[in-house]
Amino acid sequence: MTDNELIWRIAGGSGDGIDSTSQNFAKALMRSGLHVFTHRHYPSRIRGGHTYVEVRAKDEDVQSRGDGYNFLLALGDSFARNPQDEAYYGKEELKPLYENFDDLREGGVLLYDEGLLDEEDIEEIELEEAAAENGWHVVPMDLRGIAKEHGREIMRNTAGIGATAAILDIGTEEFEKLIEQNMAGDMQEANLAVLEDAYEAASELDVDHDIEVPEGSHDQEQVLLSGSNAISYGALDEGCRFISGYPMTPWTDVFTIMSQHLPEFGGISEQVEDEIAAASLALGASHMGVKAMSGSSGGGFALMSEPLGLAEMTETPVVLVEAMRAGPSTGMPTKPEQADLEHVLYTSQGDSARVVFAPANISECYTQTRAAFRIAYEYQIPAIVIYDQKIQGELRNLPASHFDEEPNADAGSVLTEDEIQDAAHHASGKFQRFLHEPEDGSNVSPRSVPGQKDGRYLATGNEHNPSGHISEDPDNRIAQMERRLNKLDDIRADLDENTSHQTYYGPENAENGVLVWGSQQDTVFEAVDRLNDNGHSVKALGVSDMAPYPVDEVSEWLESVDQALVVEMNATAQFRGLTQKEIGKYGDKMSSLLKYNGNPFEPAEIVDGFESSINGEDLAATNMTYLPTAGD
Amino acid sequence: MSAFSAIEEDREIERDEFTPGIEPQATWCPGCGDFGVLKALKQAMPEVGRNPDEVALFTGIGCSGKLNSYFESYGFHTIHGRSLPVARAAKLANPEIEVIAAGGDGDGYGIGGNHTIHTARENHDMTYIVFNNEIFGLTKGQTSPTSPKGHKSKTQPHGSAKSPIRPLSQQLNAGATYVARTAAVNPNQAKEIIAEAIEHDGFAHIDFLTQCPTWNKDAKHYVPYTDVQQSDEFEFDVTDRAEAAEMMRKTEERLYEGEVLTGRMYVDDSRPSYGQEKRSIGEMPEEPLAERYFDEDAEWERTYDNLLQHHK
Repeated sequence: MTDNELIWRIAGGSGDGIDSTSQNFAKALMRSGLHVFTHRHYPSRIRGGHTYVEVRAKDEDVQSRGDGYNFLLALGDSFARNPQDEAYYGKEELKPLYENFDDLREGGVLLYDEGLLDEEDIEEIELEEAAAENGWHVVPMDLRGIAKEHGREIMRNTAGIGATAAILDIGTEEFEKLIEQNMAGDMQEANLAVLEDAYEAASELDVDHDIEVPEGSHDQEQVLLSGSNAISYGALDEGCRFISGYPMTPWTDVFTIMSQHLPEFGGISEQVEDEIAAASLALGASHMGVKAMSGSSGGGFALMSEPLGLAEMTETPVVLVEAMRAGPSTGMPTKPEQADLEHVLYTSQGDSARVVFAPANISECYTQTRAAFRIAYEYQIPAIVIYDQKIQGELRNLPASHFDEEPNADAGSVLTEDEIQDAAHHASGKFQRFLHEPEDGSNVSPRSVPGQKDGRYLATGNEHNPSGHISEDPDNRIAQMERRLNKLDDIRADLDENTSHQTYYGPENAENGVLVWGSQQDTVFEAVDRLNDNGHSVKALGVSDMAPYPVDEVSEWLESVDQALVVEMNATAQFRGLTQKEIGKYGDKMSSLLKYNGNPFEPAEIVDGFESSINGEDLAATNMTYLPTAGD
Repeated sequence: MSAFSAIEEDREIERDEFTPGIEPQATWCPGCGDFGVLKALKQAMPEVGRNPDEVALFTGIGCSGKLNSYFESYGFHTIHGRSLPVARAAKLANPEIEVIAAGGDGDGYGIGGNHTIHTARENHDMTYIVFNNEIFGLTKGQTSPTSPKGHKSKTQPHGSAKSPIRPLSQQLNAGATYVARTAAVNPNQAKEIIAEAIEHDGFAHIDFLTQCPTWNKDAKHYVPYTDVQQSDEFEFDVTDRAEAAEMMRKTEERLYEGEVLTGRMYVDDSRPSYGQEKRSIGEMPEEPLAERYFDEDAEWERTYDNLLQHHK
C-alpha cells in the first residue's frame, strides 16, 4: 500500500452513469493538479449488473491501478431486475455494495445510497460487523432523495460526487465547471443544485477519517484519455482515413471513436456484415492507395484470418487492431486477458509474415499505432496492434504535448504515374509489381494503384510471378517467399535504428528481473519500485515488439539477470513461450507468474508473486499461478 | 489534376486492349462457358468507353477466379467468396474506377452469400457477374448451391436433399437495383446485359449460366434459350417489383424443368447508389479519397488541433 493517495471506487449498476461520473471525477482531479488513473470493471449487460470504476489519484505519476481502494461510493444497482428477491447470482441491487467489501482498505470510507438500499437488506449483508472489523467509516446518505428533489433519480451519481467532495474536503469547483461545460439548461441547473445539496448534507455529517487527498500541480497542460483514444488518434495522425468493422467488445471503442471523427477528417467508416468483410474492405481500400485499418477482438479476429493471409501474400499494407478479452470462445466479454498473442501471431495458413506491436500504456498506444502504419505502408505488410480490455478503457493523464506531432499521410512504397513509366514492365505490358529483386536492393517492390496509366498488374492470393500472374515455378516460389519473409529482417533493423519500443525500468545492474508485455507493464514497474524498497534487487523489461521479435535486446537483458519472472495475464505463458522460441535459450532463467481470473494484476500481487517465487512458496491461496522454469 | 490520368482519357477503346499482350494458356476446359463470359465482357468494354487502366476486376476462387488472368485490367484475385467486400471498398476509396466483381455460384451463393446479400442491400455502384454452372467445377464436380434437388455427386451420393438457391429472387429482395440472367450460349445478349449493368448506377447482379462440359452439361443444355424481353409469352414490366419477382420465380423454377429463360429481370434507376447516399449524409468525401494521398498540397488534419481539447 502506498500512502498519500486516493483510490476512489464508484460502484453501481450498468446504466447508473458509473462510467461518465468516474470520468468527470478523474478529470476534475487532474485539473486540480493531480495525476490520475482509472480501472474499470463491468459486466456484459446493457442495464443492470454490478459495475465499478476506480480512480486513483496522487501528486506524482500514476501508472497502475492500486492495491484495493480507500473510498467507496456505493450507489446500489437501480436497474436490478429483482431488487427484492434472492436471485441465482445473489441479490443484485446490493451487489455494488457487498461485492466491494474485499478490497476496501482498513480505515476506508464507505458511502452508500440509503435511498435505494433499505435498512433490512443492509443488516442482512452484515455491513456493521464488517465495518467494525476493518475500521471503515460508514456513511449512509439518501442520495436518491437529493437527486429526486431537483431532477431525476439518475442524478444520484452527481449527489455522490457532491458528498464525496465534502467528505474528502476537496471542494466542488472543478465539478461545477465540468457540469457547466457538459450540460445545458435544466439539466445543468438540476445537477448543480444536486451537487450543492449533497455537499451541504455531507458536510453536516462531519465524517471523521484518515484519508488525505494530496495536493499537486502540473508543469504542463494535461489531457485525460484512454488507450482506445490514443490508438485512434495515432491512426488519424498517420493519415488513416478508412476503417471497416463489426462491433465486438472491447474493440468497439476504437471503431466508435474512428467512426465519429472520420467524416470530419474527410475519411470513410464502414460498419459491415461480419469481420471477414471488415478485413476485406480494409484491403480493398488499401489496394486503391488509401491508408486503411480494421480490427476486432478475439472471435472477430479469428474471422479475419484469411484476409490477413491475403494481405501477406498480395503485400497489401493494412493495420489491424486486436483488443483482447478473456477467452476461449465467447469467454468473458468484458474482462481483460492476454491470451490472444499466439492467435494473432500465427493465425492464417502458411508461414506468417506480419508485424505485431503490443503497446503497454496509453502513450505507447499512440506512438506504436503510428509506427504500425508507417511500417505497414513502407514495407507492404499487415501490422497488428494487440492490446486488451484493460488499456482500452482505462483513463490516464498525459502531457498534451505528447500528441503535438506532425501528421504523416505518406502511403509508403507507391509509385507516381511518371515513375511507373520508367519502371519495369513485362513484355505483355503488365507492370512488374512483384520483382524478385527490387531495384533499390531492398525487399520491397513498389506498387501501382488502379487508375494509374500503365500500372496494371494482378494481385492474387496464389503464388505469383513478378507481374502477378499465378505461378507454381519452384525458383519463382523460393524467390518470392524469401523476399516476403526477408522484409521482416529489414523491419527489425529499421525498428532497431529508431527509438526502441521496449521499456527498461529499475536499476541497470539489478540481480533479478521481471519480464512483461502489454498492459501489465506499468503495474510491474510499480511493483519493481516496491521490491527494491523491500530490499530486493530487481529491474524490469517491458516488451512491445512481438513480431519481428527484438531478439538482441531481450537476450542482452536476460543475460544480465540471474532469474527472470515473466508476468502475463494468461494460463499458458504465451509470451514466455514466444521468447524461448525466438531466443532459443534462457529457458532455465524464466519462470512465470500468471493470472487469468478476469482481473488485471495489482502491484501488490506482483510483489507477492515475486517474493513467493524467490522463496519457493505456494501461490495456491491467491488468484495467481506460478509456472516454474523449463525442465523443472 | 488527377493522379490517375487513365481516368481522364477520352479516346476510342478497342476490344483488343482487354486481351493481355501475351495471353496465358487458358486453364478452362474446352467448351467451358467461362470463355463466353470473357468474350462478352471484352466486347462490352468499348461500348461503355472504359480503358484497361481504369477498370478494376475483383474475383473469387474457382474456375471463374481465373478471369483476371485472361482479361487485361487492374485485377485482384481475392479469396473464396470475398471478392465483393474487397471490391466495394475499392469503389468507396475511388469512385472514379469502374469496379467489376466476378465469381462462381459456390463463391457468391455459398461461401460468400452473406456478402452477396449485403452488397446488394447497400446498392454499391458496381457490377457483379456470377458464373453459374450449377456445380463445383475446380474441386471436381461436387454439388453446389444451385445444383438441382436430387443432384448426385461424390459428396452427395444419395442425391442432394436441398432445393437450389433462388439467386435472382434473393438479390431482388436483398436490394439489387439491376438483376439479369444471361447465358454463355447467347453472347450478344450477354454483351448487352454486361454493358447495361456497368452503366447502371447501382448494384447490378448478373446470373450468368456457364455450362461445365466436364462435370454436368455441355452447351446444348442451355439451348434453346428464351430471351424474356423478346418473347410474347412473358410480358412484364422490368421496373415493377412485383412483376419482376413473379418473372424471377418462373425463371428459377423452369431452369430445373429444362427451360432456359434469360434477360433483364429487374431494373430500378430511381434508388441512389450507396456512394451517393453516403455523400448525402456527409460520410464520404466529395473528391475520391484515393486522390488525396497523391496530392502534395493536401492538408492533413491533426488530432492535436482537432480532438485534444475534449480531453483537457
